[in-house]
Amino acid sequence: MTLSPDEIVYFSIGPLNVSATLVFTWVVMALLVGMSLVVRRGLRVEPPIGRAQLMFEALIGFVLDQIRDVAHQEPRRYLPFVGTLFLFILTSNVLSVVPGFRPPTGSLTTTAALALAVFLAVPVFGVSQVGLRRYLRSYLEPMPIMLPFTILGEITRTLALAVRLFGNVMSSSLLIAVLLVVAPLAFPVLMQALGLLIGVLQAYIFTVLALVYIAAGMSQSQKRVSTGGSA
Amino acid sequence: MTDMSLIAVVSVLTAGLTVAIGAGLAALAEGRAVAQGLQSIAQQPDETNSISRAMFVGLAMIETSGIYCFVVSLILIFANPFWRAVQ
Repeated sequence: MTLSPDEIVYFSIGPLNVSATLVFTWVVMALLVGMSLVVRRGLRVEPPIGRAQLMFEALIGFVLDQIRDVAHQEPRRYLPFVGTLFLFILTSNVLSVVPGFRPPTGSLTTTAALALAVFLAVPVFGVSQVGLRRYLRSYLEPMPIMLPFTILGEITRTLALAVRLFGNVMSSSLLIAVLLVVAPLAFPVLMQALGLLIGVLQAYIFTVLALVYIAAGMSQSQKRVSTGGSA
Repeated sequence: MTDMSLIAVVSVLTAGLTVAIGAGLAALAEGRAVAQGLQSIAQQPDETNSISRAMFVGLAMIETSGIYCFVVSLILIFANPFWRAVQ
């Protein structure tokens, strides 16, 4: 029983190990990009609209609605980053029911990379909104003595983001592996259905939390702008 | 008892206790959160969307502590750093 898909190494190129995590990340990427390319070829604005295009439109519309509800801002800015996170995590979690597929989100390296991307996106979005000086000054609010705690909070929430996704996905696949030994008939299927639910929920939660962090970083700086303008 | 078996006994016991206490307390907290969330939805059905979204985000936060306990117990069983000390 392997704990993480990192331990399955197919071949090595020099110091670089091509593990199952990497391969299945490529599979998810190829699937997403390939489906998008296929749908793009048949894009239509008037009926009859193809089923695949309708599905993609519904998916993107859902993400746009969620962004608008959570961030209370024009969602188009966030869509490329947040939508990509959602689609990638959702696809790899849902594909975990396919036999032989090891979800790349069940490896701490993938989730740490995703969480680091969120960690970097918060200052990038914040600085692009209000500029470097104003963004950095928002760390000194409300009191400069809080600075270490603010920084610590940013680091721990990134860690929590990574470990939450990893723990949920890995525990459901581990649970199924254990159940296959103990009670191989029918029961693992129920747990797999539960794992599917948890996977979709975790993709949603990861996206919403990333959005909340980004929006908080931007709106804090925005508040500074409005008060600075009035003063 | 050798050092090795001492480490094994302590690790397995601690891993079990960690998951038991961590999962139990997280489940209690999540139960309270869901109960309160459902009550709010029953009082204000119009706000179902925002209440349930806030509830799920909060549940994820609460669940994090349970997941931390799970990861610590997995490390204790599968990747115990103390094995190397006695080998």
